Amino acid sequence: MEPVLRIADLDKSFGGLTVIDNVSFDVERGSRTALIGPNGAGKTTIFNLLTGVYPVDAGAIELDGQDITHIPAKDRVAKGMSRSFQNIRLMPHLSTVENVMLGQHARARGLGQQLFPVGFFPRNKWAAQAREALETAGLGTYPGQVVADLPYGIQKRIEVVRALMAEPTLLLLDEPAAGLNNQETDELQQLLRQVSERGTTLLVVEHDMHFVRNLCNHVVVVNFGRKIFEGTPAEVNADPAVREAYLGTDQSMADAPLLADPMAAGGDDHAA
Amino acid sequence: MSGELEGLLVILCLNTIYAYGVFLPAASGQLNLGAAGFITLGAYCSAWLNSAIDGLGFPIFASIPLSVLFAGAIGFIIAFPILRTRGVYMVLATFAFAEVVAGLVINLEFLGAAQGMPVDAHMPFIGTGLGSLLDAIGLPLASGKDGDPFIGLALVTLLVVIFCHYLMATRFGLAMRSIHDDENVATLFGVNTRMSRVWAFAVGAALMGLGGALYGHHFNYVEAQNFNVLLSIYILLYVLLGGTQTAWGPVIGAVFFTFVPELFRSLGQVTGEKWLEDGRFVAFGVLIVLMMVVRPEGVVTRTLLERLTGGRKRAETGAPAQTAG
Repeated sequence: MEPVLRIADLDKSFGGLTVIDNVSFDVERGSRTALIGPNGAGKTTIFNLLTGVYPVDAGAIELDGQDITHIPAKDRVAKGMSRSFQNIRLMPHLSTVENVMLGQHARARGLGQQLFPVGFFPRNKWAAQAREALETAGLGTYPGQVVADLPYGIQKRIEVVRALMAEPTLLLLDEPAAGLNNQETDELQQLLRQVSERGTTLLVVEHDMHFVRNLCNHVVVVNFGRKIFEGTPAEVNADPAVREAYLGTDQSMADAPLLADPMAAGGDDHAA
Repeated sequence: MSGELEGLLVILCLNTIYAYGVFLPAASGQLNLGAAGFITLGAYCSAWLNSAIDGLGFPIFASIPLSVLFAGAIGFIIAFPILRTRGVYMVLATFAFAEVVAGLVINLEFLGAAQGMPVDAHMPFIGTGLGSLLDAIGLPLASGKDGDPFIGLALVTLLVVIFCHYLMATRFGLAMRSIHDDENVATLFGVNTRMSRVWAFAVGAALMGLGGALYGHHFNYVEAQNFNVLLSIYILLYVLLGGTQTAWGPVIGAVFFTFVPELFRSLGQVTGEKWLEDGRFVAFGVLIVLMMVVRPEGVVTRTLLERLTGGRKRAETGAPAQTAG
């Protein structure tokens, strides 16, 4: 089957600094793929290239068999790709439901949809769909709230729901579990499994290796802007290059179980 | 209704319309200090179209809509270069636009140059049937004359308020507010941020053109010097102090700014404390600064509305209500 996403020979540098160096990988349809790597490896930059935040220097991005390398960022969501952000990027002055409804924007095409006063009719189908999605995600108690007041873990999940509202074929999640407690992480994982079962392909940047091993069936490892490994979570655990990237070459660390180490979490990647 | 109060209400209506013209771009994060420019465009356009001697002699029902379209079209065109600037540079660019308009008008002989221009038609009483209806139900606004022009102005103002509430309730309004909060994220969800901002600016310009045209037909004289930078600053202040988060902000801001100085004056007259009357703008200035400190996001915020309508359960979060941004 044709992959949902095909990245070929991607290059990106900022000034003299090469951030992404000849990265290629495919994301299989229906898979739950993780993109991992140490801090500063270029994971978020790859997301930003995929979504069109930055133009690529060289290489090609294909979504669903369509070349999207050079189409503007605003048109990519309609091609079937939406994302969440490493740092929460909800609209602080909008309510929860309105934030989620922003995710529907690309589906509400046409002047009639754009000029229909959704705000006057709280029961219209768009708002109803947004509320239902929030409820499915276990966030049903919070509609009408201004999101800035909500706890971090809730906001983090609202971001995922907002991205889902675009009904993407490929959902890009940038550290969705960062900063969540164990229960919230479990709930998020359940939500993502449901999403995956409904046929959406997931590409997840995540530092929490436990989360990656539980959720994902395919792992791409990058370091210093290069792909250094690709395989199943179990294979990643055994690969010496990956171990070196994460843990260094110190032989006394050689037996440490890499994928069970949640301490690698946190820290900053390239700015989103 | 006393003439003094009616005069004040006329100013309030005009201020409210102007304020919504600045509010629409402000709601999508753009500061427009060029209100006077668009008001001048609307006022002179309608005056000229309506004038039988100097202009085309169009009736008021044609001259006003045409001047709205004219101001909106100019707004649309200049939005493209102006929206390339950000923050304080956008403030300067819009200010410069207003200065250019004033400079042009003052040098155009057919618009009366620096002397200004008389406006033929007086603001009509919209719908005589409505007037008698208002008389019948005893509304004090209808003073029984064969047409109180204030009613027409009040109705148009009401329509503007409703129109802006409607606009903010649409998906276009949602896009505008999203752009205000985070332009990049809005883009990634498919919002055409550039055109949304252009349209917000252009529709705002059209509203200010409407305000200008109504001003002309109400006072029957337009003079470019009346539409100066102080007016632009005041209108921007109505909007920012009223609050840009909801469509209630501009009307609250306009009410506040129109009535509070008068309130100080009346208070001074009633109490005999002359300093209140003389120093009302000092007191007013202090009040503005205080409001900026206490309500940095404007008087009317989303959170305030939620609290007023009881749709909010604070116990669930207990988080602070105000946020930066």
